[in-house]
Parts: sequence; structure tokens; C-alpha cells
Amino acid sequence: MNDDTAAAAVAAGMGVEALSADRSRRRRRSRRVCLALGGGILLMAVLSLSAGAYSIGPADLVRTLLGLGSGSENFIVLTLRLPRLVLALLAGAAFAVSGALFQGVLRNPLASPDILGVTGGASAAAVYGMLVLGFGGLATSLSAAAGAILVAAAIYLLAWRGGMAGSRFVLIGVGVAFMVQGFLGYLLTRADLRDAQYALTWLVGSVSGARWSDILTVAAGLAVLLPVVWALAGRLRMLQLGDDLATTLGVAAERSRLVLLGLAALLAAVATAAVGPLAFVAFVSGPIARRLLGDGRPALLPSAMVGVLVTLTADFAAQHLLPGGIQLPAGIVSGAIGAPYLLWLLATADTSGKGA
Amino acid sequence: MPPSPPVPHTLAAVGLSLGYDSRRIIDDLDLELPSGRITVIVGANASGKSTLLRGLARLLRPESGVVLLDGDDLFGLPGKRVATVVGLLPQHPVAPAGISVSDLVGRGRHPHQGWFGRWSGTDDAVVSAALAATDTLELSARRLEDLSGGQRQRVWIAMALAQDTDILLLDEPTTFLDVAHQLEVLDLLHERNRGEGTTIAMVLHDLNLAARYADHLVVLREGRILAQGDPRDVLTAAVVLDAFGLSARIIDDPVSGTPLIVPIGRFHDNHPRIS
Repeated sequence: MNDDTAAAAVAAGMGVEALSADRSRRRRRSRRVCLALGGGILLMAVLSLSAGAYSIGPADLVRTLLGLGSGSENFIVLTLRLPRLVLALLAGAAFAVSGALFQGVLRNPLASPDILGVTGGASAAAVYGMLVLGFGGLATSLSAAAGAILVAAAIYLLAWRGGMAGSRFVLIGVGVAFMVQGFLGYLLTRADLRDAQYALTWLVGSVSGARWSDILTVAAGLAVLLPVVWALAGRLRMLQLGDDLATTLGVAAERSRLVLLGLAALLAAVATAAVGPLAFVAFVSGPIARRLLGDGRPALLPSAMVGVLVTLTADFAAQHLLPGGIQLPAGIVSGAIGAPYLLWLLATADTSGKGA
Repeated sequence: MPPSPPVPHTLAAVGLSLGYDSRRIIDDLDLELPSGRITVIVGANASGKSTLLRGLARLLRPESGVVLLDGDDLFGLPGKRVATVVGLLPQHPVAPAGISVSDLVGRGRHPHQGWFGRWSGTDDAVVSAALAATDTLELSARRLEDLSGGQRQRVWIAMALAQDTDILLLDEPTTFLDVAHQLEVLDLLHERNRGEGTTIAMVLHDLNLAARYADHLVVLREGRILAQGDPRDVLTAAVVLDAFGLSARIIDDPVSGTPLIVPIGRFHDNHPRIS
């Protein structure tokens, strides 16, 4: 018996070493992924600031960013291109974290604000405000945010049956998404052509025409929301184990889910109010990040970085890479990337229907 | 290992009724888990075994009555504090795809960590002891989904052990395991109980294993306790017939001396009772 105890103690000692080895391996992988994503983001940022009708070399770019550029360089980089870059960066991160939260809390890769009609709700509310109530820019953005939160709350209440199942939330969300699309279609067919053209910005997300005031609003929103998300990430890790285990481990499952979903809806609302529904960024970022890490963690920071990279790349492609020099809103390109991913996810979903 | 408390924790149900929506599953039930002993709950399908366990683990709010932890209403206590005393392994636990064994078992430490979940040396020691006790140390870097059923169940139990509670509830910890792995898991729990004095309550389907491992056997029928006590006193042909609608002969288990239930069924009773 004593020998057994001693052997167990030795084994446990080896275990501590094995555990810290596991942990540092996980950390190294996470660091590598973040560095690679950061490099990609930096590259795309430099490309977005340099490329265009008036291209600017790296040396000139650095000089201009340091405030030593010529008048025309200052105008092109600091006034035209930098706000667009910064807005894409913030919105991409907000959408990605929102999507990763929805997917993590509901334990379903289809649960993202764009699939569930949360961003659609924002579009519908914005277009309604603009076309029917005659709102101006700020009021339209505010109604977009209100629309996102309203739709998220409606789905939550409809899906509530004395408890919450992720699959029910997703099914009801998909239904709600169709309803808001129908409502949007109705609004647009009733509107006159010029107004409808204007309303298009709320149907397809775009970071063009970014103004520093928009950027400040998004940045302020993120500055408030992201620290709260970060503080609650531990609860998300427990919710991944299901309600029973989360409760057993001392996490108030229902309340934590409500709070995290609320934060996710607010993030989607802030981002949509600023750039419109940037299709599929929220949907693809989390799963890509989780796949890169492959360790079953929520991976919120890598998700945010993937979101930024996808948004910057989509916007760059939309501006510069299309044949015939046509320029499109970034949301069309991100949608073109996201839709095949959705099909792939559905095709490879395992038998439980939960997917990767 | 933190020293075990001088006074063992107690968990008891008083006039407990539990149900879902308006369907009542557990009806006005009184039960006190003997501290430091192994209690096994048996009963036919839908007799309320899992529901009772969920009620004892604070997963289901009573419709009436209370569950008392050390004399205090379980629902009046902060969840995180309860989680340091009472642990539960559900019948079908879920984990995110790709999670490693060490990460999963480590999450069992959550109730002992502060707001930001800072990992400490104690956490490492407890997790590593839990892995060693369940013989899963070599698996610690593997992914849960790559393991066999028996290995996976041992890892889940390691997580429950890492939570380091004085009271451990398990809902059918042996389902989906072959008979050798069933015994392995039950031996492991027995060892934990005798070694650390952990109070264990679990639901089991196999009456013979229940009789062998239980210090205290609880037989449920339709949400009420039909009989409880030492398995030798409780498991009679009459109780088995009453609880399961099954005719059986009870003999002594030649290995453990505990009752051994030999079910009769409709076709095989070729050896009429000699009495």
C-alpha cells in the first residue's frame, strides 16, 4: 500500500511536468498563430495604404504616417485611406468576436449574427429609419444598433422554453433572418429608386467613405465591450462543457449565457451601425481561428485577428483585384468567401449536426 | 492535497419534490447521504434516479422541499461555494472538439480559482494527482475525441476528481463500458472513497455491481424510495420484483458475499427452487 502511495506521488510529480509541458506547447502554438495572423494583418494594412490609383512606396508611406509627407500624400494616406483601414480593422474585430461568442455560447457553428438575422435586423431597422422615418446619418446608425439588439432579444425569448438549447436558438434565428429579409425587400420595393440606391449601403456592408466620427463611435464601443468579454471568457470556457457541468463547476449557466449573448449582440450592433452587415465575417472568423489552434478553446483573440484579416483582404480585393477595374463594397467579396465556407461546413458536419 | 475538513460535509434531501414542467418525477422524498460512504441509487427506467441526482447537485430547483448541504438550503448558497464541496459527473458530458485531456481535467479546477482563473501550483498538483489516480497521465497531451470509450470515461472522472470535492455524484459512470472497464471505474471510485473519505453517490444500472460497491443502497420506484440500507438487507426477491417487475433469485456473490441477483425471465427456469 505504501509502495503504491509512493509510486502515485512520483507519477503525480511527473504529471506536473507533463502538464506544464502541455501548457507551454499550447501557448507556443497560440503565439505562432497570433504572430502569423499579425504579420498577415500588417501586410494587408501596408498594401491597403499603398495601393491605388496613386500608389505610394513603403518608404514614402512610413514618412507620411510619421507626419512628414507632402500635401498630396497626406491627403491620400491620412484622409482617404487610413480611416478606411482603421474602420475595417475595428469592424472586422467586432464582427469576429461577436460571431465567436454566439458560436461558443450556443455550441453551434451556424450560430452567428449574420446567419441568425441579428445583422439583418440592424439593416432592416436602418433602412426603415431612413426611408420611412426620414432619419439622418446618426439616427440611422442608432436604429441599426437597436435593430440588432431587438432581433437578438426576440430570438432569445422565442427560443426560451424554461431552458435554452443552441439548436432551437439557431433554427428560430434562421427563421427570423428570413423575416427581416422579407421586411427589407418590402421596404425597398416601396421606396423610390434614388432612395433605394442609397439604402443599398445597409444591405451590403462597406467600409468606404469612413469618417473619423464613425471610427470613434466603434472604437468607444469596443473599448467598453471587449474588456467585459475578456473578463467573462472563463465562463465561456465552462459553458463549452454544457449547462450541467458548467453549473456543477460553479458557473451560473443561464445568466452567463444571457450576458455573453447580450455582449455578442452589442458587438454586432456597433459594427453593423458603422459599416453595415459585412457578410460572413462573424461566421467564418471563429471557426478558422479555432481550427488554426485546434485545442478546443474559444480563441477570442485569434478570432478577432482572423476577422480583421478577412475584412482587410475582402476590402482590398473589392477595391483592387476585380477584373475591369470595377470596385465593389467589401461585403460582396466577404460574402463570396463565406458562402462556399458555409456549404463546406454543412457538407462536412458530423452526424450530430454540430459540425467542426 | 488540502487536509480533509474535521467535520465531514453532509448532503440531505428533505421532503424533496422535483419535476420538469408540471410532470412530477421525485415525490416528497427524504434521503441523507451517509458521509464518507458510497451510496448507490438503483431503480427501473424512469424511476427518477437521474432527476434525484440532478436535484442533489443543484441542477434542478425543487418544486417543494429542500436539499440541505451542511444544514443550509443548497439554493441559498453561492454556486461557486457549492462547487467546491459537491461535484457531479453527468451521464452524457460534452466537450468542445479538439480539447486536450489536460485542458479538460484542468477545467475541473474552476471553482477553486479566482475571478480571472489564475492557474496555481496547487491546481497543477491536484490535476496531476487526478490524472495519476485514473491512470490517464500518459494521455494528458492527447485529444479527448481520439481516446477509446474506457479512456474517455476515466478522463471525465479525472475531471470530477480534479474538482476535489468532498461529495461526488456520478450519473451512470459505467454506461458504454465493457465489464472489465466497469469494474476498473468502480474500483477507482472505491479507492477514492476509502482513501480520501470522499462521500460518493452514484446511479448504477447493474444491480450486482451496485450490491457489491454500495455501502448504502437506495432503491427508487416511481419517484419514491422503496427501500434503503445495507445491500444485504435491501436486495430481496420481493424488492426486486416490486422495483423492477422482475422475478429473480438472490444468492450470495461467491466473490464478495454481497447479494447476487439472478433474473428468471420466462423461459429459463429449469431448476425449480429447492427449499
